[in-house]
Amino acid sequence: MTSVLYDVAGPRTRQRILVWSLVGSAVIVALLVVAALRLADNGQFEADKYTPFFEEPALWRGIARALRATLQAAAYALVLATILGVLLAVGRMSHSQWLRLPSIGVIEFFRGVPLLLLIFFFFLGFPLAFGVNLPALWALVFGLTLYNGAVIAEIIRAGVHALPLGQTEAALAIGLTRGQTMRSVLLPQAFRIMLPALISQLVVLLKDTSLGFVIGYVELLRYGQRAAEQLDNRIQLTVVVAAIYIVINLSLSRLATWIESRQRRVAAPGTHVEEVTEAVGRQG
Amino acid sequence: MDAVFQNLDLIRQGFTTTITLTLLSAMGALVLGTLIAAMRVSPVPPLRWTGGFYVQVVRNTPLTVVFFFFVFGLPEVGIVVGFYPFAVMALTVYTASFVAEAVRSGINSVPVGQAEASRSVGMTFTQTLGVIVLPQALRSVIPPLASVFIALLKNTSIAFAFGVFEGTSASNVLINRFGSQVLQILLITALVYLALALLMSAAFGWLERAVAITR
Repeated sequence: MTSVLYDVAGPRTRQRILVWSLVGSAVIVALLVVAALRLADNGQFEADKYTPFFEEPALWRGIARALRATLQAAAYALVLATILGVLLAVGRMSHSQWLRLPSIGVIEFFRGVPLLLLIFFFFLGFPLAFGVNLPALWALVFGLTLYNGAVIAEIIRAGVHALPLGQTEAALAIGLTRGQTMRSVLLPQAFRIMLPALISQLVVLLKDTSLGFVIGYVELLRYGQRAAEQLDNRIQLTVVVAAIYIVINLSLSRLATWIESRQRRVAAPGTHVEEVTEAVGRQG
Repeated sequence: MDAVFQNLDLIRQGFTTTITLTLLSAMGALVLGTLIAAMRVSPVPPLRWTGGFYVQVVRNTPLTVVFFFFVFGLPEVGIVVGFYPFAVMALTVYTASFVAEAVRSGINSVPVGQAEASRSVGMTFTQTLGVIVLPQALRSVIPPLASVFIALLKNTSIAFAFGVFEGTSASNVLINRFGSQVLQILLITALVYLALALLMSAAFGWLERAVAITR
């Protein structure tokens, strides 16, 4: 890695960097040792905390089932949110005030409200107000759909705006209507350049499925907690659960970066690929 | 509506906690996140790796899992400090990774000439970063930081599931007591969160104009 913040190191600087590297490593190692001692003092390294991972095939089967439940919720929510996102984006970019203003209101509302409240709306609101009991899975999926639909609408809008204006002008000039321009010229191109941002949003969505834990949907985290009650290895199980999330999400992020670097090379000239990711950003 | 207006105290109490939770975690995340961003751009490899590792790991872990480590993990090793401090720690650690990314991209947005000029007048890495680059980076970092902290405000609602009585908990108590008014209660809670988010975004907008410089 090169940086404008410092010169290519000369002999004296190299020596100083070496010293600081040693000091830095020492501090980091010391912190790790303190943590390890603390864990050891509390019996976290005893064999029985780890044996279930090797001797209980049922545990791994359970984790696999829970992972499937997590991925299932994420997949349903992704599909529904994309549909909602397209509708809201088209509404927001419409020339009719009657479509545009409500779309803006809906997008801003769902983006600004805690996701947990949206999930409660389906989980508590539906049974109490309408007498309809939604299973926890669907309360989670619908909550995720509203929030992510609003975010995806903004991603799509950024994608369409990143296209060169000539695309719209050319489509209108050959006599396409506004709807046709959107459907057959702008959206297909926009979808391609917004793919990285969409995948980043999928990471956020996947992380948010863990809120299913709060409403009793047995996904990874909830399963981990239940299993830990019997096996008495809460920390170890949480590490495993966290590792699963991290591996999946890191792979997705890598994929997004790779696609983005590819887009930069293949997108139509005058397209502002980087604007899409910047416009939305990852905020957690 | 009655349910809410007869229990304004409860709501106020809940959202006071939401606000203090947000402010404390925001301050913690700002300090920790800036430190990690500085580590990530430093010339010392182990610091750079540690910073990168932290950001990659924490950013890809669900906040609920981070809460889990603090609220259920730390007591296992004999550290018990109560739900509220645990929530502040979890939110700080999680948000710091996003602050670090925002600050790092801010550092990258400072024109190269600034760092080159400061180095050519003989400033060290620490001086270049501390006196020249970071003050400018923090300015261009205000808009993304605003998004990060608004996300933090919304994320404090997860503390509800981990024993903290905040805004979402208050609305949940009301829902349990006045089930038939569930929609009004949820709507008003949502509007309070929206109002707080707007307030925050206005504050950041003001801050952005206050420190703006013409380049």
